[in-house]
Amino acid sequence: MSRFRLDAADPRWPPELADLDQIDGACGVRSIWVEGELPPLPGVAVVGSRQATFAGLEAARRIGADLGRRGVTVVSGFALGVDAAAHRGCLGAGGKTVAVLGCGLAVEYPRSHRGLRTEVSLRGALVSEYTAWDAPRAWRFPHRNRIIAALTRAVVVVEAGEKSGALSTARWAADLGREVLAVPGSIIGPASVGSNRLLRDGARPYLDVSDLADLLPECAAPGSKAGAHRPRTDGEEEPGGPTPDSGEASRLLALLGGEPVQRELIGRALDLSPSRISVLLGEMELAGTIRSLPGGLVARTRW
Amino acid sequence: MVATAISCAIQGLSGVPVTVEVDVANGLPSFTIVGLTDRAIQEARERVRAAVRNAGFEFPQRRVTVNLAPAEVPKEGSGFDLAIAVALLRTERELPLDDVACIGELALDGGVRGVVGVLPMARQLLASGFRRLIVPLENAAEAALVEGTTVVGVESLGVAVAHLEGRLRLEPAVAPPMGEAAVRDGVDLAAVRGQHLAKRALEIAAAGRHNLLMLGPPGAGKTMLARALAGLLPDLGSDEALEVAGLYSLRGRLGDRPPTSLRPPFRAPHHSVSRAGLVGGGSGLAQPGEVSLAHRGVLFLDEVCEFSRAHLEALRQPLEERRVGVTRVRGTVTFPADFVLVAAANPCPCGRLGQREGPACRCPDDAVVRYQARLSGPMRDRIDMVVDVPRLDGEALFGSCAEEPTATVRERVTGARARQAQRAGSSGVAANALLEGEHLVAVCRLDARARDLLTTAGERLRLSARGYHRVLRVSRTIADLAGEERVTREAVLEAFQLRGQSE
Repeated sequence: MSRFRLDAADPRWPPELADLDQIDGACGVRSIWVEGELPPLPGVAVVGSRQATFAGLEAARRIGADLGRRGVTVVSGFALGVDAAAHRGCLGAGGKTVAVLGCGLAVEYPRSHRGLRTEVSLRGALVSEYTAWDAPRAWRFPHRNRIIAALTRAVVVVEAGEKSGALSTARWAADLGREVLAVPGSIIGPASVGSNRLLRDGARPYLDVSDLADLLPECAAPGSKAGAHRPRTDGEEEPGGPTPDSGEASRLLALLGGEPVQRELIGRALDLSPSRISVLLGEMELAGTIRSLPGGLVARTRW
Repeated sequence: MVATAISCAIQGLSGVPVTVEVDVANGLPSFTIVGLTDRAIQEARERVRAAVRNAGFEFPQRRVTVNLAPAEVPKEGSGFDLAIAVALLRTERELPLDDVACIGELALDGGVRGVVGVLPMARQLLASGFRRLIVPLENAAEAALVEGTTVVGVESLGVAVAHLEGRLRLEPAVAPPMGEAAVRDGVDLAAVRGQHLAKRALEIAAAGRHNLLMLGPPGAGKTMLARALAGLLPDLGSDEALEVAGLYSLRGRLGDRPPTSLRPPFRAPHHSVSRAGLVGGGSGLAQPGEVSLAHRGVLFLDEVCEFSRAHLEALRQPLEERRVGVTRVRGTVTFPADFVLVAAANPCPCGRLGQREGPACRCPDDAVVRYQARLSGPMRDRIDMVVDVPRLDGEALFGSCAEEPTATVRERVTGARARQAQRAGSSGVAANALLEGEHLVAVCRLDARARDLLTTAGERLRLSARGYHRVLRVSRTIADLAGEERVTREAVLEAFQLRGQSE
């Protein structure tokens, strides 16, 4: 795999990185290591928690796919959780992606991303400011976030807890004059506390890809307005198949949102026997309308 | 001068009647026991010598040789003492024995002490034609459970001899009727709030004898549910109950579970149990392990991922063959071990994966994968159902909802079992969980809609052959519970929901 070093003198040097020299307190970047081929920049960053909920992962995947399909480069941090989901979503839709690592390019971290690593380097680039064998130290991750922010026109925060590293990316983005967007999350539980706070502090809400239209004209794809208030389906999957429209099934579907729900509560709410619930959910799972998750949870994946 | 008496050597759950031959010859006084004996039997020399003397008889000051025949069968334990003493006394006096077998350990004062394994010995002796038994008083009740055997319990050698000489009439021991001591074990299903999916899985597990894995955080109620499963299993037949009681007798654990109980046993060994404690073994008399104490009942392995790999590997044989072979220096013995396995595990090392309330799971992905991989291989293959047991919040726990009691569910289970037994008439496979290969396909006849479903779903969900069979078996049981002749689409759908995430 081609791995090379770029500095400001190189014609392939992304000029966006120069913006870091403009702000106080930022360490400018003199050179970066690249594995793969840098896709067109600036792109859009999709970042969030490493311990994302199912809804967060699904959102990240969709955003990645929506951008990738439109030829917008997705930049993220190659971490577990939201980052990986965004990279994967983009690659799955045929898009190009840049992963900015918090360690040297020769270090396999996270270990479980070996497959993703190859894909990214074939269809985009892995980027790091550290030399090949620099270990993944805790301080390097917030540090590399400035590069993620710099390489983009906008940063979309998907799901960030109170102290998530994604918030530092958002701060860098604001300092650099990039747009900051956040996906509204549930107010129940800690998963989206940080990203929701961003919204309160003036970040733009991200509801679908058309929210980026004023920054990136390619995001104003025709038809995207019409469906603006419906959660978007993926395009690669066929739209929601017909589900068995017995009264029970539609009542059950009405209970389910993108947020996972406990089966136990479904049974209570509908007053149906567990075996009946299993039959209904089984039917829907086969149709691809819902997904079973660990912990006895069920979430809707298609509308 | 040669005299004999009958006793019994035990091997696994079966045994061999042993003829104790005593020869008293002229020569320097000595006392030798031969016949493939263990240490406990060699020490019998001292016990017998003292007991005979202290019971008021004379120990011959001559050359005494004892042979335990058949000589090639290994013999263990202290249960031969009484027979040796009786045979010895018969060399000197008229002691009509006919077909009476003697079992018991002697105390130095001539008393008779209880030994383990009297119940299986009594069964074995009866099968070999010995209908009358003299046993220690404390073992008389268990031995009397064997129908067709007349049992006399004695508290000392003197009493035994007096009884044999006809000087003292001892009444045969009377066994308590089977089923009477049946304590309603454990937990009623109605006592567990919520967890309806898990309860349904228990019902299916009980009906088809399917092994079950419960995934959930600590405190979600997995142990209670497992206990409730034992309550869902139908009563044992009295033969089965005797077999189970025999295993407890071998382990000397009849105190744990009354031998007359018809309820299937429930065993929950901790993960710190030794390998021998789990599958059987020990240095003396080969003892049944937890897997055999759970025979015809429920074996519950809580925190199954904490059990060592060697322990889980050792469960392979009982899971596949429904019995366990214990190999020791002096040969291999086999114990029955036909149990329903209920394994429980945390979803990840910290137990919080997938939990919505409270602190989130902080386990790295690969740690979770490694944790769950501990349950791979032979165990996973034998587990037909996986069910999540989440920790429920207040609403689910205390919201009003009618909980079905164990008795109601057990009726359905019994009905489903009856249907399986009826089908098994020709094939001999009594439980759906044991169906394999072609036989499985033959028994699990799908209706047209179910077949369609299985084909499409198999492709969609990339079901492996093993996963496919698992779904078939479980759906057969679900259909049995519903009283359906053929496996319906609904049954297959429900079985899919119980297949677990890994497929």
